[in-house]
Amino acid sequence: MVRVIVDGTPVDVPAGFSALQACEAAGKEIPRFCYHERLSVAGNCRMCLVQVVRAPKPVASCGFPVSEGMEILTDTEMVRRARRAVMEFLLINHPLDCPICDQGGECDLQDQAYGYGTGVSRYHEPKRAVTDKDLGPLVKTVMTRCIQCTRCVRFTTEVAGTPELGMVSRGENAEITTYVEKALTSELSGNLIDICPVGALTAKPSAFHARSWEYKKTDSIDVMDAVGTNIQIQARGGEVMRIVPRVNDEVNEEWLSDKGRFSVDGLKRRRLDRPWVRVHGKLMQASWQEAFVSLARRLDGVSGYQIGAIAGDLCDAESLCALKDLMTSLGSPNLDCRQDNAWYDLSAREGYLFNSGILGIEEADALLLVGTHPRHEAPVLNARIRKRFLDSGRGRFPIAMIGHPLTDPTYPAELLGDGPEVLEKLLDGSHPFAETLQTAKRPMIIIGHGALTRPDASAIYDACKKLAIQTGAIAEGWNGLNVLHTAASRVGALDLGFLPGTRGRNASGMLRGDVDVLWLLGADEFPVDKIEADTFVVYQGHHGDAAAARADIILPGAAYTEKPGTYVNTEGRVQRSFRAVFPPGEAREDWRILRAFSEVIGKTLPYDTLDALRDRMAEVNPIFRQIGAVAQPITQIEGQGVSAPSVPAVSAAQEEGLAASAFRPVMQDYYQTNPISRASPTMADCSRVYGPVRAVAAE
Amino acid sequence: MGALTRTFRSFLLTELVGGMASTFKMMFQPKVTLNYPYEKGPLSPRFRGEHALRRYPNGEERCIACKLCEATCPAEAITIEAEERDDGSRRTTRYDIDMTKCIYCGLCEEACPVDAIVEGPNYEFATETREELLYDKDKLLENGDRWEALLARRLEYDAPYR
Repeated sequence: MVRVIVDGTPVDVPAGFSALQACEAAGKEIPRFCYHERLSVAGNCRMCLVQVVRAPKPVASCGFPVSEGMEILTDTEMVRRARRAVMEFLLINHPLDCPICDQGGECDLQDQAYGYGTGVSRYHEPKRAVTDKDLGPLVKTVMTRCIQCTRCVRFTTEVAGTPELGMVSRGENAEITTYVEKALTSELSGNLIDICPVGALTAKPSAFHARSWEYKKTDSIDVMDAVGTNIQIQARGGEVMRIVPRVNDEVNEEWLSDKGRFSVDGLKRRRLDRPWVRVHGKLMQASWQEAFVSLARRLDGVSGYQIGAIAGDLCDAESLCALKDLMTSLGSPNLDCRQDNAWYDLSAREGYLFNSGILGIEEADALLLVGTHPRHEAPVLNARIRKRFLDSGRGRFPIAMIGHPLTDPTYPAELLGDGPEVLEKLLDGSHPFAETLQTAKRPMIIIGHGALTRPDASAIYDACKKLAIQTGAIAEGWNGLNVLHTAASRVGALDLGFLPGTRGRNASGMLRGDVDVLWLLGADEFPVDKIEADTFVVYQGHHGDAAAARADIILPGAAYTEKPGTYVNTEGRVQRSFRAVFPPGEAREDWRILRAFSEVIGKTLPYDTLDALRDRMAEVNPIFRQIGAVAQPITQIEGQGVSAPSVPAVSAAQEEGLAASAFRPVMQDYYQTNPISRASPTMADCSRVYGPVRAVAAE
Repeated sequence: MGALTRTFRSFLLTELVGGMASTFKMMFQPKVTLNYPYEKGPLSPRFRGEHALRRYPNGEERCIACKLCEATCPAEAITIEAEERDDGSRRTTRYDIDMTKCIYCGLCEEACPVDAIVEGPNYEFATETREELLYDKDKLLENGDRWEALLARRLEYDAPYR
């Protein structure tokens, strides 16, 4: 620790802190543009000038390391004059178009000009103008507003790992560009909008739609992937206008994936806003009462074994718990949350979690990716891997992957092979990377759904587990055997035991026609034509996607922005979200629908309020009491499923031994993975620009 | 004053006679009232009457949807929705003023960076139904077109003091 004196107040800060950080530790506000906590220091905006006693001139505090006994003055006449002068220089070429600038109201330059500037300019010559760049469908540029802080350049190079932006020319002619005109390829490009201190980079899809002061802000959790990114939903007049990340160092730092940020316009399109009932082969609009009655009539006399439920990827734990209780009361053991037929080691909670935690990535010193492409499956988590790679220095964090990635993983990863047979070589030590894992103190293995959805998933998992034990990835105080989920609801569903019970059918069994009545809770990620023709399908969800078209009864539910919910992320962290807006039309919160229906059939679920339901969830699995933290594993899980040894029997049929076929990517198109993103025009645009090249019919 | 005097006065109606005398005198003096619909009083260039949205001389609407008027309006009478127009410029798709909410404080006019929303000299916009007082963008632009000559003159008069 180093003792520095800021404006007469002594503070102790770690050695290596910059003067700016020391001032912040002392509670002083230092204006800045180019400095950002999560990026490298550039020191080019000069806004953070402070006075250091015995220094001959003002010092840029962001790049000035502290030393013992240093005296920093942040509010002297010299500092104030320096700030005013810097601000005047910055405003020389900055257009005064705040009224038409989308950043207006949340602009660092605006705020700091107000706080530290003079209010007048002595500049009368013409201002410079810079051509706007086309950065693709997400980020809009007005380059004349750019103040060359280079935050965007550093973000793309360091965090996103797609060094596509750079600065060309010098002085007056300096400009940020992609060199050759191209769309940004990063899945994190939306963060450029947050990071830009001025209005040079703004959101293209929501350009000019609303002002920052108009939003009603609600804390929530992103459901587009299983990272559990903390987000803030900003709504205006019953309509979600935009989604921005919240800071949570343990999960997402302050980043948000593009899918989570820009699929908002999918929330207002293709919505199910009233119940529908199929009459004589045609879907007809109905009231809730009619839908419930006709469903109750259909269920009447059907044995519990003939009823099944499949949960989708975006469900909150509340609705899963309610549906499970409803199915149990109907006597049905046919429950499954694995619509992709994934296989998990369900003997303990560690079997399906990202055990080291997302923070654990920063401790790992070797990484093996098996059948996963985190850049698509969890962009924010991928940024963490890249951060670890950059922080540890060249060659200190060896990364290898099994399974060919669709795109550059953003860090150098050695491709060990396409299929799981490499694992055998790693196990018997004949592959050189086995040595790397062996010597690493904290090796980490991430198994993705490219591996877990295969017929030989259990063999792959066992091989990985054996490898983990062999190499010390599972050791005292460190569990580096990680499962990376892609569905936000999956871990919560597994924790609740939303799995086939004794003699229960799994997802593929239910689709095959083993049940008469199939209840789909937002389940859309399977080919609907696989559902047996005479199965009666109930679709409860928020979007009119493929499964809704196949359904015989549609119960309109709420999207994740429209209901308070609990989500468990891939590392087992239980997080709560709140309602930002109300569901459209007749649609209702999902657990309320289930509760109301249970009353119609005379099997009333024992909870009337959300709190009572949450108590019930905690009763099923006590981890639901531990909000926010990575829930500690609970050994005993009530009910059918998780702890029951019979589970593997009803999982997807498993082959013995490793198959030779190559791993297939979990998602072909990052931008089109769930009903919300498929309904979003912005995501469709992205898919067109970045997605896989589709076969074009010959003219 | 004694009770006797008071009684005398009330019986002789002296106050009434005095008042009538004053009325009679006034009949021959010049009138101070205006024959309203035919005569009107002078208006200050700062008079805050009916709102109007102005255009540039080339016909382009001035409003750029910055929403400062909406933000500053103390009565929350203004509702704006904006979008990118096909040519990429920032324009309103909806500009409503609820004239029954408006308190005619003139803050919208003051907030406007492009002199688009102004309160004009017209105060004769009473209507028979409430709905007619919910102005939309078309109505406001039409007002602007109708009053533009006067509005521009008023702004010119007031310019030295802004």
